[in-house]
Amino acid sequence: MFRRLPDHNAETIRFTFDGAPLAARRGDTVAAALLANGIATCRATPAKGTARGPYCLMGVCFECLVTIDGTGNRQGCLVALEEGMRIETQAGARRAVAP
Amino acid sequence: MEADVTVIGGGLVGSCMAYGLARLGARVLVLDEGDVARRASRANFALVWVQSKGMGMPQYSAWSHGSSERWADFAALLAEETGIDVVHQRPGGFALCLSDDEMEARTRFIQRLQAQPGAPRIPYEVLDHAGVKRMLPDIGPDVVGAIYSPADGHVNSLKLFRALHVANGKRGVAYRPECVVDAIESRDGGFRIRGNWGEARSARIVLAAGLGNARLAPMVGLDAPVIPSKGQVLITEKVAPFLHYPMGTIRQTDEGGVMMGDSQEDAGFDTVVTNPVISVMAERAMRSFPLLRDLNVVRTWSASRVMSPDGFPIYAQSRTAPGAFVVTCHSGVTLAAAHALTLAPQVQAGALADELSCFSGARFHVPQAA
Repeated sequence: MFRRLPDHNAETIRFTFDGAPLAARRGDTVAAALLANGIATCRATPAKGTARGPYCLMGVCFECLVTIDGTGNRQGCLVALEEGMRIETQAGARRAVAP
Repeated sequence: MEADVTVIGGGLVGSCMAYGLARLGARVLVLDEGDVARRASRANFALVWVQSKGMGMPQYSAWSHGSSERWADFAALLAEETGIDVVHQRPGGFALCLSDDEMEARTRFIQRLQAQPGAPRIPYEVLDHAGVKRMLPDIGPDVVGAIYSPADGHVNSLKLFRALHVANGKRGVAYRPECVVDAIESRDGGFRIRGNWGEARSARIVLAAGLGNARLAPMVGLDAPVIPSKGQVLITEKVAPFLHYPMGTIRQTDEGGVMMGDSQEDAGFDTVVTNPVISVMAERAMRSFPLLRDLNVVRTWSASRVMSPDGFPIYAQSRTAPGAFVVTCHSGVTLAAAHALTLAPQVQAGALADELSCFSGARFHVPQAA
């Protein structure tokens, strides 16, 4: 779906999505890292459970919500990917969990 | 005349009165302000609350309880007429206490409240930490206990407001926004209501203009010395349901946001949200439910709510201009069922019931002992 520009050669970063090991590059946002791996669906809506994926990539549309390291409702397009991040599909509403 | 009754004010109170009157066949005109109105109807905390109401006036306790008893029927009527579910729920409500002193004070308060002559016996339980935790598993260690009353509940008040406007439209209520009322004259057994929009005439009028009633009431020989009470509210992002009961100051809406409120300040018409107040509210909420700590607050707001000198509603018919009624209160959500199903029929019949005489604005004119 997306191909990287040939002059983008930053260091490789490893992360998981729903448990599957994946790789992207330093400087990617979480949303960009998912799209670069061909993952276009990252959540199911709370209202009807329909599939959604990153759309505006600038913090406005809130379609790219994911759970990152256990915290739900994170905007994937506004979070820089870090080594070892555990990213998960957000199925429905975020769950409030005790700190 | 274009209407039998003109209701001045299109907020929750006015809309409930218009609905109740239209149900009985009255031709109703609602004169409302515009979007800039001080609209507590859009800024309230949406509780249908009973347990703490009526200290100093047991009739108010009974009136609030009576409304909460009729609320389910009222919600069913609105759903049937409009298809809008206002999400009324009555699982009972908690007043959480965060210290032994608070627990003792609140317990004594509800005992004194219900010991007043004529006060209704509203069921309640005094629960310790373990008792609360059985029903609200997410409370924090700082919660000492709570008063729980099965009489309490909540609703989606924005859907309520919408449902009333839809129902009124279907029943032929004429709704006219941008109609600030400048003058009301009583003449020939009716009323002439004027503003820069023109004029309207009707046989009866209901003043339901919230804070505007202070200005309007004297035009028809009534008294409604209401003043603004500033209330601030925070709401979090939407999360999966975990609070299955409303608290007096914390509730999760049917859509998932957790509301924290609901402060009361004497601040004139100022509606700026202030950090000292909302941070105290948030801190208390986080001590009550530690899992709130990681949630994002997505909006805060404040509004000028309606407060009478003693905090109780004002209901009266004018002696000098019969047919003019004033209806104003602080708790327009809790009392919505009573206004639509009990008070409006009395206005339609032309006389308020004796049991409501204690709510007359005349109570503010008891001669002061020098």
